[in-house]
Amino acid sequence: METLEIVKEKTTAVKEENISGSEAVMRALIAEEVDTIFGYPGGAIMPIYDALYDYDNKLKHILVRHEQGSIHAAQGYARTSGKTGVVFATSGPGATNLVTGLADAMIDSTPIVCITGQVFAHLLGTDAFQETDVINITTPVTKWNYQVTDANEILSALAKAFYIAKSGRPGPVLIDITKNAQVQKFDYKGYEKCNHIRSYRPKPFIRKKYIEQAAALINEAKKPFVIFGQGVILGDAEKEFRQFIEKAGIPSAWTVLGLSALPTDHPLNVGMLGMHGNYGPNVLTNECDVLIAIGMRFDDRVTGRLDKYAKQAKIIHLDIDPAEIDKNVQTTIPVWGDCKETLPLLTTLVNKKEHKEWLKKFNDFSKEENEIVIKKEMHPTTNEMSMAEVIDALNELTNGDAVIVSDVGQHQMVACRYTKFNQSRSNVTSGGLGTMGFGLPAAIGAKYGAPQREVVAIIGDGGFQMTIQELGTIMQFGAAVKILVLNNNFLGMVRQWQQLFNDRRYSFVDIQSPDFVAVAKAYNITGQSVNDRKNLKAALKEMLDHKGAYLLEVMVGKENNVFPMVPQGCSVAEIRLK
Amino acid sequence: MNNDNKNQYAPNSSASGGAKGKQEYTITVYTENQIGLLNRIAIMFTRRKMNIDSFNTSPTEVDSVHRFNIVVNETEEVVRKLCRQIEKQVEVLKVYFNTNDEIVWQEMALYKVPADVIATKVKVERLLREKGARVVAIRTDYIVFETSGHREEINALTKALEPYGLIEFVRTARIAIINNSKGFHEKLKEFEALQPGEGIISNEFLNQQDKVFSM
Repeated sequence: METLEIVKEKTTAVKEENISGSEAVMRALIAEEVDTIFGYPGGAIMPIYDALYDYDNKLKHILVRHEQGSIHAAQGYARTSGKTGVVFATSGPGATNLVTGLADAMIDSTPIVCITGQVFAHLLGTDAFQETDVINITTPVTKWNYQVTDANEILSALAKAFYIAKSGRPGPVLIDITKNAQVQKFDYKGYEKCNHIRSYRPKPFIRKKYIEQAAALINEAKKPFVIFGQGVILGDAEKEFRQFIEKAGIPSAWTVLGLSALPTDHPLNVGMLGMHGNYGPNVLTNECDVLIAIGMRFDDRVTGRLDKYAKQAKIIHLDIDPAEIDKNVQTTIPVWGDCKETLPLLTTLVNKKEHKEWLKKFNDFSKEENEIVIKKEMHPTTNEMSMAEVIDALNELTNGDAVIVSDVGQHQMVACRYTKFNQSRSNVTSGGLGTMGFGLPAAIGAKYGAPQREVVAIIGDGGFQMTIQELGTIMQFGAAVKILVLNNNFLGMVRQWQQLFNDRRYSFVDIQSPDFVAVAKAYNITGQSVNDRKNLKAALKEMLDHKGAYLLEVMVGKENNVFPMVPQGCSVAEIRLK
Repeated sequence: MNNDNKNQYAPNSSASGGAKGKQEYTITVYTENQIGLLNRIAIMFTRRKMNIDSFNTSPTEVDSVHRFNIVVNETEEVVRKLCRQIEKQVEVLKVYFNTNDEIVWQEMALYKVPADVIATKVKVERLLREKGARVVAIRTDYIVFETSGHREEINALTKALEPYGLIEFVRTARIAIINNSKGFHEKLKEFEALQPGEGIISNEFLNQQDKVFSM
């Protein structure tokens, strides 16, 4: 009722104007407080680009070199800024090039609004030039999508798009606008933000009963263990999360996407979960008595073999998405809701405790991992540099204040394991989809999302070549991204698996790279390559001190492996240290 | 929730050692009437390589609300998780799933039979009368009958007619009504409220979709 009245007030307040659909898109973006767009023009989206020409001072448009780059950049932007990333692309190939990014944003719950051009409505279904059925192609990889064929629908479609993308469990939304709707004039009566769709419940009803039951379980627990994911960051609930674990004194481990929600040196931060996570958190998952999962979805890379996962524990699962409850792991108490709201309710009900003995167990495992794995990684005895020592040296210089964007592979796992973080929204990586090529464009977006922060993109030699053309975007628009290429002349993660499980049959993992420094130079980006340990720190310092973008290639050991490792099909307790 | 229909958030009955085998489930999906939603729902099944036995879309007692009846042969656990995923879709209002003893259902079939067979074979005429078949068209060379019932009844009649030169046969998808459903008018009030949950206000938005935020 209330909202309806507001609608009336606003509609009468604004004078009617006759504007084009494209102009309406611009006004909607301004009303949604969009400041940056990542995109690439083309035939079917030309009217929108024409309208954008007059909004140059209000909407910053970053011209990427490939549409995949635009959506990854928008993802990076969304992850560091907490705002919705916006993408423009044309019909046909422009739109299909977004699909990887949409799938990535879908599985990693990143709020994105993509606006794609489409052929004239009367040409739909005629195999017109650059026509593809974008709505049906993108249906499984979008939270919502909609085709606009009439300018009168543009405002409400975009209002819904921004609302759906950002609310509840965020996700990508695609609005496909036919060219006739872009040029069509209609009576503009003001833009109305959307805040309610009757068939859409972004936040489930919080059931007090479950909060009470969960608190009771936690209060009885002798060995409670918190595992948390990106839900804490997406819910803007880092403070609430800390208050909860600090009061209840519960050791907490993170998923790759939950990383940076809790500072690295927090005494209750016991490390990383999953396949290449830390020793203690994995082993003790199968020893805790109450497992409290917060804003995470029990991905197979986190749980390992499900029928041997935390069978001894009572499980409390806090999630905003009811479909996640019981999806992979049967919960004892489902706490539905936004963790920003549910965590404080829990915190008031839990007793103040310290689980010293239990926390010590994590520390004991940590010592063992340190002896067997980490020391060797940080201080290799060979001449070859390790990825971990590069990260360690970087930590010393950034002091944990940088945004770290990683690509996918061994370097990603090493970056997640060893990077020091002091503040949230500092770790940007492709977790669920594992998209190689994500790193460079995401780092560009991350820099626009957090312009005052240092952004370091850590990328492997394989992934770098997948989206290397985005160096052109950096050249043209000057995003001061520090690119740290860890080059082992291999597709390292696949090579590691082939070594361990395929009897060293290195099938097509030997990848050759161009002279990256020369390539960067061609794009007017300063850089250097380092293959001697004694030059590493100075080179890293030069990279960080350099104004503007910089490329540092570090040659690392060809056949290093990432350990610990939970082999596929094994239980988390069967994690291997070597 | 009280005496509401079984839905996917009800306590898990199969967790305590209930039936784990596959059986027929009728899934009822209440949705907005939106182009593209059919595909969005259908791919939930195909993504999981699940076979759809029967799929029907229909209007409901509420003007703007559509309903899908989908029949699958699966375990309760699979159906429960699937229904949660379907309900998550933005334009889906509510999903229920029911076993056959919780619903009333019908399928309809049309039969085209040569006219001379009916005219000459008393047996056929008796068969059709026994099965309650209704004549919907009479032509000089053929007659079209219609019957409705459960799958087995329809299959039985089809089989019985085969020896008499059945020319053509077609059957609809299953339509089903949930035994203890109170319809969707009541439920919709909850959805149209800004805050989910207990407080139900009178349903002033019903059939006034233009006042509710939508396309």
